[in-house]
Amino acid sequence: MSTLLDIRHVAAAYGESQVLFDISLAIGEGEVATLLGRNGMGKTTTIRAICGFIPLSAGCIEFSGATIAGDRPAQIAKRGIALVPEGRQIFPNLTVKEHLLAFAANRSGNRDPWTVAKVFSVFPQLAERANHLGNQLSGGEQQMLAIGRALTTNPRLLILDEATEGLAPLIREEIWHCLASLRAVGQTILVIDKYVQRLINLADHHTIIEKGRGVWQGSSAALDADHGIWHRHLGV
Amino acid sequence: MTQLVIEQALNGLQFGLMLFLLAAGLTLVFGIMDMINLSHGSLYMGGAYLGAAATHASGSFLIGMLTSMAGMAVIGVLLEITLLRKLYQRDHLVQVLATFALILIANEVVRMLWGSKPLMLNPPANLAGPVELLGFSYPAYRLLIIAVGITVAGLLYLLVTRTRTGMWVRAGASNREMAEVLGINVRRLFTGVFALGAALCALAGILLGPLLAVQVGMGESILILSFVVIVIGGIGSIRGALIGSLLVGSVDTLGRALLPTLLRSVTAPEIARQLGPAIASILIYLLMAGILFWRPQGLFPARG
Repeated sequence: MSTLLDIRHVAAAYGESQVLFDISLAIGEGEVATLLGRNGMGKTTTIRAICGFIPLSAGCIEFSGATIAGDRPAQIAKRGIALVPEGRQIFPNLTVKEHLLAFAANRSGNRDPWTVAKVFSVFPQLAERANHLGNQLSGGEQQMLAIGRALTTNPRLLILDEATEGLAPLIREEIWHCLASLRAVGQTILVIDKYVQRLINLADHHTIIEKGRGVWQGSSAALDADHGIWHRHLGV
Repeated sequence: MTQLVIEQALNGLQFGLMLFLLAAGLTLVFGIMDMINLSHGSLYMGGAYLGAAATHASGSFLIGMLTSMAGMAVIGVLLEITLLRKLYQRDHLVQVLATFALILIANEVVRMLWGSKPLMLNPPANLAGPVELLGFSYPAYRLLIIAVGITVAGLLYLLVTRTRTGMWVRAGASNREMAEVLGINVRRLFTGVFALGAALCALAGILLGPLLAVQVGMGESILILSFVVIVIGGIGSIRGALIGSLLVGSVDTLGRALLPTLLRSVTAPEIARQLGPAIASILIYLLMAGILFWRPQGLFPARG
């Protein structure tokens, strides 16, 4: 299995204040990886660094063997990275259908690419609201749309920042179910979430970060076996 | 009286449509790049001068119009790439100061090239006269402006609401970062938007040239009205710019034409004569204050 995303010893700062000190993480094709840690430890910042929103002060990020650090966000996206961001960031002035049409591409060369129809078949609720504007959707529908929007770019790597935050339990289940079926068709995923047990069931390996440094890495089995890690680093 | 109202309503529509040509570009520039561009009015002035010069040189109003639109699009792109692009990340005060400087420079350049006397620009000869319309005569040229305005506004509306490029523009206007992370090169998209905005400014400039004087400083008064329009409509919203333009155009035109007469029927003629024009000239600002009180984000906010 070849490495798709390779982050090595990355450091980054917002202006004067350094947020990331030493983050390393590698994800192979078809793997599901997670980024764990308490609030404010640098998870979202790591993702913003991958997406090209903040420059690195040290280290490097490679995607499919090519350095992407220093590229503009749009260039990085076109290489095949799609983000489901924290807070969902649905466009209030685009309809559901427009969200799924506007950015459609086949960046992974998928033989059975994601289309509007395919997204609607996975999330039938969105089909019912096809002509509603983004700001008329519930939180759950917005999250489904954010995932659908990312999928229509047919990304090689799908990143979800806070996959189920603020959602009702039933909707959360639907999202977990969706991620499991994406995994089953070989989608490479990097996911951030608070529900460690669900992530253990879903993912291959995990990286815990604390104050901008990677402090633990291991497989689902290793994380499941030692709940002391949860208490020490995640506060659960 | 009815005839006056209809005539003024048409004038209001015509003025509103021309305002829309300016406001459309201004609202997208403001909405997508969060950039206050005071020099937008200078593109309008430049378009009028370039159009007048090209019309005189070629003898054809149409050639003048197309030359001016193409010329201003090129100037707009150059301006954006060389100067304005460096201002996007700066705060609004810096943008206002820098683009105000551009107004002064543009006015001086125009004065050097064409002198400070207003240029004459005649409407095309076959449209110079009036036409009979619903039992009264109305200038044919103003009808042309209305027709061109409706056509361009319609095309622009289709472009923004029905095409993929339009979706990108709307997405960029509401959440620039998210549009980029989905693969849209917002910077390049914006250069295109700027070129189109400059061409529309030029179109408004040459169309209004025969009605208003082509003179130095003509951009500033219409710039202020355009800002009123986009604030009323909601910054970044094309639909808002269209509705706002028509509102401001008709309220301003009808207010100036009818308010003194209306006041005369309720107060003494002396008071009406003084109060009428005074109220008419602030009417659109009252409209803006009223709409902002009711909807602080404008009629069609582009941001969530």
